[in-house]
Amino acid sequence: MPKVIYISAKGEAREIEVPVGTTVMAAALKNGIDGIVAECGGVCMCSTCHVFVDEKFFGMLPPAQDTEEAVLEIAAVERQPTSRLSCQIKVTDALDGLLVRLPEKQR
Amino acid sequence: MGAGTVVIGTGQAGFQTAASLREQGYQEPITLIGEEPYIPYHRPPLSKGFQVGQQDFESIELRPGKFYQNHRIELVLAQRVAAIDRATKRVTLGSGAQIPYEKLVLAVGARNRVLPIRGAELDGVLSLRTLDEAVVLKERLANAREIVVIGGGFIGLEVASVACTMGKQVTVLEALPRLMSRAVAPVVSEFYEKLHTSKGVKVICGATVSEIAGASGCVQKVLLAGGAAFAADLVLVGIGVAPNVELAREAGLRVTNGIAVNEFLQTDDPDILAIGDCAEHPCVFAGARVRLESVQNAAEQAQCAAATIAGRRDPYRALPWFWTDQYDVKLQMAGISLGHDQIVMRGKPESLKFSVFYFRAGRLAAIDSINRPVDHMMGRRLIAAGIPVSLEEAADESVDLKLLAHRGAQHAVHPPA
Repeated sequence: MPKVIYISAKGEAREIEVPVGTTVMAAALKNGIDGIVAECGGVCMCSTCHVFVDEKFFGMLPPAQDTEEAVLEIAAVERQPTSRLSCQIKVTDALDGLLVRLPEKQR
Repeated sequence: MGAGTVVIGTGQAGFQTAASLREQGYQEPITLIGEEPYIPYHRPPLSKGFQVGQQDFESIELRPGKFYQNHRIELVLAQRVAAIDRATKRVTLGSGAQIPYEKLVLAVGARNRVLPIRGAELDGVLSLRTLDEAVVLKERLANAREIVVIGGGFIGLEVASVACTMGKQVTVLEALPRLMSRAVAPVVSEFYEKLHTSKGVKVICGATVSEIAGASGCVQKVLLAGGAAFAADLVLVGIGVAPNVELAREAGLRVTNGIAVNEFLQTDDPDILAIGDCAEHPCVFAGARVRLESVQNAAEQAQCAAATIAGRRDPYRALPWFWTDQYDVKLQMAGISLGHDQIVMRGKPESLKFSVFYFRAGRLAAIDSINRPVDHMMGRRLIAAGIPVSLEEAADESVDLKLLAHRGAQHAVHPPA
């Protein structure tokens, strides 16, 4: 099973095995990773599952749709070039080792 | 350790209150009491992804079960609260058990209105709010052929779009002259009527349903006052909700169009708060007291309530926003258009991408966006910060709302508190 590594704003890393097809957001909630809120449940209406994707993996992700791009503009911590909404990132085998950093707040 | 906080209601508002209290370092006991037998879940998917099998219960849980143990949140499920005794600060459950509280949060939600007509009790006449109701609807939809949706609001139209996409014959009966009339401008209603019609849904506005007729206890048709009849083997009634105010009223708390609360979301009893669908609160963005039914309102009022309980005095002033997904069209709403006196459009309905900007007394009050997510998100910023936007700027597609939001931050005029 591919692994996803979540790094908290304080720098603590947690490695989670995530079934293919599960989103980075859903896996975080299921495994009690604080720092992902997901208020809207994954429909691109809030920005509370914002993550910074490690540069090595960012280019491997399918590009963000317009709705996601728009939501990133209102993120509680200002977006960076590798910002994504974790509800829109589905884990694949190719993404094994995916590393995401969590912002210090989500709202 | 004291009695801590008791939260009545396991919807998004109740859940978020408990979660936010722990996030804010609250150490006292937290008890979350709900009538449903399930741990808190997202309701919006019930009329959308859940119906088409894209989402199951596990995927709509707000948090997995262990979250509550890990955060010392005691869940009391499948229990009705029978009474609140303010003098002794206890709630009494339907079972007779009593739970003491120091702070009490009423996140008791609303319930679906029932059609006061003959035949409303027939088998096959359904409504939708809870997971149990969603499961029944899903089962029935699979075998239904002719579906009549009574009520052209968000829930009714979302179910109509799901049923239509499944290839069912769908009729929507709306009592008022246009769809979603409580929420959106006529141009948006018209767009949605055309959208549904283009997919093969029959939409009838101004329809007064007089009776639901059946045989052997099962629904067969829906009759209008004018005599028209629509065959149906499934009827979904989505005619709005009534807030659950009885518990509060019986406890002597003030009830208006909901449980009345102040800007800190406290009722007349400062140790009892009310939030979410059941609460009528002062809203700076409406310039009035309102009761809102939405995820945003539930989740953000919960955070404010948690702050109030933790002793911070942060008035509630979050910008309301809403959404509905029908077919592949997303309608996003920011702000409150109530009492608007001017409207301008950005983009054209024919392009399937447009926004309606609502102004009240010269100020931008709300934006409805269809497939224009940037308008919506920047609109939230503009309205929340009170950044001045002119009618001309709103209507002119060459004016970049993002720049306006950044530039305007310096000239922001906050709405009067």
